[in-house]
Amino acid sequence: MDVNLVPLLPLVQVLVTALVVTLRDLFIKDHESRGVLAFYSLVGLGLAGAEVILLLGGRQESAFNDSFMLDGFALFFAVLFIASAALTILTSIQYVRQAGIHEGEFYALILFATAGMIVMAAANDLIVFFLGLESMSIAVYVLTGMWRSNGRSSEAAMKYFLMGAFATGFLLYGIALIYGATGSTNLTEISAYLIDQPTEWPVYLVGGGFLLLIGFAFKAGAVPFHFWVPDVYDGAPTPVTGFMSVAVKAAAFAAWGRILLYRLSPLDSDWVFPLWIIAIGTMTLGNLLALTQHSVKRMLAYSSIAHAGYLLIAIVAGVEWGGLPLLFYLLTYSFVTLGAFAVLASMAEAEEARDGYSDFAGLGFTRPFLAIAMSIFMLSLAGFPPLAGFTGKFYVFRSAVLSGQLNLAIIGVLNSLLSVVFYLRVIVAMYMEEGGAPGKSFRQAPFVYLAVAIALIGTIYLGILPADALNWSRQAFSSLE
Amino acid sequence: MMAAQGFGDLTLLLAIPVFGATMLLFLPRRQPAGLFTIALIASAVAFLWSLKIFGRFDGRVGEMQLVERVAWMPAVGIQYLLGIDGISIFLVLLTTFLMPLALLASWSVRDKIKEYLIFMLLLETGMLGAFLALDLVLFYVFWEVMLVPMYFLIGVWGGSRRIYAALKFVLFTMSGSLLMLVAIIYIATRHAQVTQVLTFNVLQLYDLHLPAAQQYWLFLAFALSFAIKVPLFPFHTWLPDAHVEAPTAGSVILAGVLLKLGTYGFLRFAMPLFPEATTALMPYLVALSVIGVIYGAVVAMMQSDIKKLVAYSSVSHLGFVMLGLCALNLQGVQGSIYQMLNHGLSTGALFLMVGMIYERRHTRLIAEFGGLWKQIPLFSAFLLVVTFSSIGLPGLNGFIGEFLILLGSFSATPRWTAVAASGVVLGAIYMLWMARRVIFGPLTNPENQNLQDLSGRELVILVPMIFLIVFMGVYPQPFLSRMQPAVELNLKRILTRPVSPVAAEPDVGGEHNGR
Repeated sequence: MDVNLVPLLPLVQVLVTALVVTLRDLFIKDHESRGVLAFYSLVGLGLAGAEVILLLGGRQESAFNDSFMLDGFALFFAVLFIASAALTILTSIQYVRQAGIHEGEFYALILFATAGMIVMAAANDLIVFFLGLESMSIAVYVLTGMWRSNGRSSEAAMKYFLMGAFATGFLLYGIALIYGATGSTNLTEISAYLIDQPTEWPVYLVGGGFLLLIGFAFKAGAVPFHFWVPDVYDGAPTPVTGFMSVAVKAAAFAAWGRILLYRLSPLDSDWVFPLWIIAIGTMTLGNLLALTQHSVKRMLAYSSIAHAGYLLIAIVAGVEWGGLPLLFYLLTYSFVTLGAFAVLASMAEAEEARDGYSDFAGLGFTRPFLAIAMSIFMLSLAGFPPLAGFTGKFYVFRSAVLSGQLNLAIIGVLNSLLSVVFYLRVIVAMYMEEGGAPGKSFRQAPFVYLAVAIALIGTIYLGILPADALNWSRQAFSSLE
Repeated sequence: MMAAQGFGDLTLLLAIPVFGATMLLFLPRRQPAGLFTIALIASAVAFLWSLKIFGRFDGRVGEMQLVERVAWMPAVGIQYLLGIDGISIFLVLLTTFLMPLALLASWSVRDKIKEYLIFMLLLETGMLGAFLALDLVLFYVFWEVMLVPMYFLIGVWGGSRRIYAALKFVLFTMSGSLLMLVAIIYIATRHAQVTQVLTFNVLQLYDLHLPAAQQYWLFLAFALSFAIKVPLFPFHTWLPDAHVEAPTAGSVILAGVLLKLGTYGFLRFAMPLFPEATTALMPYLVALSVIGVIYGAVVAMMQSDIKKLVAYSSVSHLGFVMLGLCALNLQGVQGSIYQMLNHGLSTGALFLMVGMIYERRHTRLIAEFGGLWKQIPLFSAFLLVVTFSSIGLPGLNGFIGEFLILLGSFSATPRWTAVAASGVVLGAIYMLWMARRVIFGPLTNPENQNLQDLSGRELVILVPMIFLIVFMGVYPQPFLSRMQPAVELNLKRILTRPVSPVAAEPDVGGEHNGR
C-alpha cells in the first residue's frame, strides 16, 4: 500500500480547519463575538486553495491504491468547492448572527461538507466516492436545519434527510450491482472491464448504472427526482441554499462527470435516451414552475433545477463533447448563483425572510450597488451576453449541436427565453416599482458586499474574457485520461 | 481584406460611450446638468470620431475596411472582429448623429437622470457594435447587449403600460435571436467539418456552401430574428406598444437605428450566408414586405394618437426597405439602404416633434390639436417639412429612397411593386391628413392658445435633421457612390455561387475536448 500523502494535502487542510474551528468555538464564552471563527475558516480555505493551485502545476497524484486521484479534474472542482465555501461563509457572517444560528458548528459543517465534496470529485473508487458523498450530505442535512427557531428550516432538514437517504439507497444498490458484475469498485478496473468486454454485459451491470444515474439525478435535483428541491431550498438558511444549489450540485455533477460520463461511457448508448428526456423535463419543468413563484428564493430554487437541465445537455452530448461545457458551465453558474443568493441573504431581517419579489421593489434606488449586481446576476442567469451565463450556455448548446442533438439545443434556447420572464421580474421590481424592503447598507453587511463584489467580478470576467477558464476546463476534463 | 491585429479606431468608437457611461457611474446624481453635459459630450465626441472614421474610409472599395482582429475565444475560433464597409459606415454615422440629438431631446427627463444617461450611452455602444461586428458570436453579443438598455429605457422611463411593453419587446426580440444563436453555432460547426477551420468570421463563412435544405432552416432562423426586429408583418405587434410607451429619445433610437439592425442583418448575414435559400424564399419575403407596407399604412390612417400613427408608419416604411432588399439588384438594395437613413432622419424627427408637443400639452391625440399654424408657426413648418420627407416628396430625401426601391423592385417583381406603390399613396394620405388635422384648420381648442414655439434647444435638435433631409434629397450622389462597391460585392455573394454543393457528410469534427 502506497502512502503518498501529497494529494491529500488540501483535503486534510480543510478538515483540520474544521476541527480547529470546532475546538476554538469551545473556548469562546457565550456572549463573546465569534467572528474569529469565520476568519479561521476563511484562512483555512485560503490555504487549501493555495495548496490546490500549487498542485495544479505538478503531475497527477494518486493515493490509496489509486482510489483517490487528485488529477486536474479533481483540482478544478476543489477550487470550485473551496471558492464556493469561502463565498458562502462571507455571505453567512452577518446572516447567522442575526438568525441566532450557532456560528462554530455552522462554519465547521460547511468545511466538513467541502471536504466531502473534494473526496467526491477525486474518488476513483465507488466506495471512496460514497464516503465523500455521505460526509457532504450529512453535513448539509444539518446545515439545512440549523435555523432551529424557524419551523420551515427544520421541516426542510427532515425532508432533505429522508429524500437524501432514499437516494443514497439507490446509489449504494447501484454500486453493489456494478461490483457484482465487474468484480471491482475501482473505476479504472471497471472501465477496463467495460472496454475489454464490449458486449454481453450482464443485465444487472446496466441496471446498476441506471441506479447510479437515479442517485445522481436525485442529488443534482433533476426531474423527476426534484421534488425535494423547492421546499428544502426555501426552508434552509439562505447562504446554505446558495451553497447547496452551487457546491452540492457541482459535487453531484463532478461525480457524474467522472463516473458516468467518463468511466462508464461505454454504457452511453443505454442511457442517452432516458437522459435526453430527463434533460428536457428538468429544463422545462424548472423554468415553468419558476415562472409561477412569488418568492425570489423559491424562484431561484426552481431556476436551479432548470440549470441542472442545461448541465444535463452537456452530459447527453457525451464524453467527446460534453466535458468542457459541463465544467465551464458549473464554473460560470457558481459565481452567478452565489452572488444572487448573497444579495438575497442580505435582504433578510432577523424575523422575516424578505425574499418576495415585492421586497425587492425599489432596491435599485435605495441600494444601487446590490441592485446593479443583482440585475447582472439575473441577466447572466437568463443568458444575456456578455456575462458568464451566456458563455456557459453558449458552450452547452454548442456541445448539443456538435453531438448531433440539435433538437436539444433548440429546446434549450426556448427554455432560456422562458426564463427571461421571471429573471426580469426581479429587475422590474428593483427598478420599476417602489416600496420594498430597505436592504442592507455596506456598514450593516460589509462581508456580503464583498461576496457580491467577488461574484460580480467573476460573472463579468467569465463573460468577457472566458478564454483562460475555457482552457482550464478543457485541461481538467482531459486530465481524466 | 487588410487584417490589422489589435484594437484601432473602431474599438475606440465603441469605447467612447462606454467611457462616458463609466464616468457618469461615479459622479454624484445631485447635479443633473453636469451629468447631462458629460453624456452629451461623450455622444458628440463619438459622432466626431465617426466622422474621422468616415474620412479614413475609402468609398471606392467594396471590401471590409479598417478591420480589427483580436483573438477572443481562440479555442473555438471566436474573434473580436470589427470592420466597416459602404453599407455599415452610413448606419454608423446615422447612429452617432442621432444619439446627441436624442440626448438633447431628453432634457426634460429629470427622474433618475443618471441611470437614464448611462443606459442611453450603453445602447449606443450596443448598436454600433452590432453594425461593426464581423464575427457572428460578437454580433450576437452586441445584438443582445442592445436589448438590456432599451428594456430599461422603456420599463423605467416609459408611459403607463411600460412594464408590459418592455417585456414584450425583450421577449419578441429574444425569441428570434435565440434560434439565431443555434443557427450560428450550427453553421460554424458545419464550416469546421467541411474546411477544418474553426471560425465564426462571417467573411469566411460566406464561402461555405451548404445544401439547400439546410440553408432553408438556417435562413429561417436568421430571418425570424431579423424580421422581428425590422419588424416585418406579422411580427410587428411589439413595435406600437414599445413606441407608445417609450420615452421620446427611446422612440427616436428605436425607430431611427434599432429597426435598421433588422434590415442590416438581412443584408449582411442572412442573405449572403444562405444565397440559395434567399433566392428561393424571396417571393414570401416580398409578399410579407408588401403586406407590411399596405397594412402599416392602413392601420396608421386609423390612429388617433400621433405617436401610434408614426409607429405604424414605420411598419409601412420598413416594408419598403425590405422590398428594396428583396429586389436583389443594385438600385433596390441601394435604395433600401438610402431609405434606412431617410427613415432614421424623418421618423426620428417625427418622434422628436411628437415628444416636443407632448411636453407642452401632455397629450398626443390628434383631435386635441388643430390650427397650430397660427400659434406655433416654426414648429408647424418643421413638421410639414418632415411630413413631406416621410411621404417622399421630390426634392427631399424620402423621394430618392422610395424611387430607387420601386425602380429596383419593379424589374424584379413588377406586380408586387405595383401594389407596394399604392402604399406611397396611402402614406401620403395618412401623413398629410394628420398634418392637416394638427397644423391647419381653426384653432379651436383653447388649451392650444398658449403654446410656446420651438425653443433654442429644440431648434438645435431639428435644424441639423432638416438640413440633412434637404441635402440628401438634392444631392444623393456622395452617399450612393460610396455604397455602390459594397452593395455590388454583397450582391455578387448572393447571386453568383458555385452550383455544386460541397460533399454533404464530412469525416472529422473540429476540436475535441474529451478522449
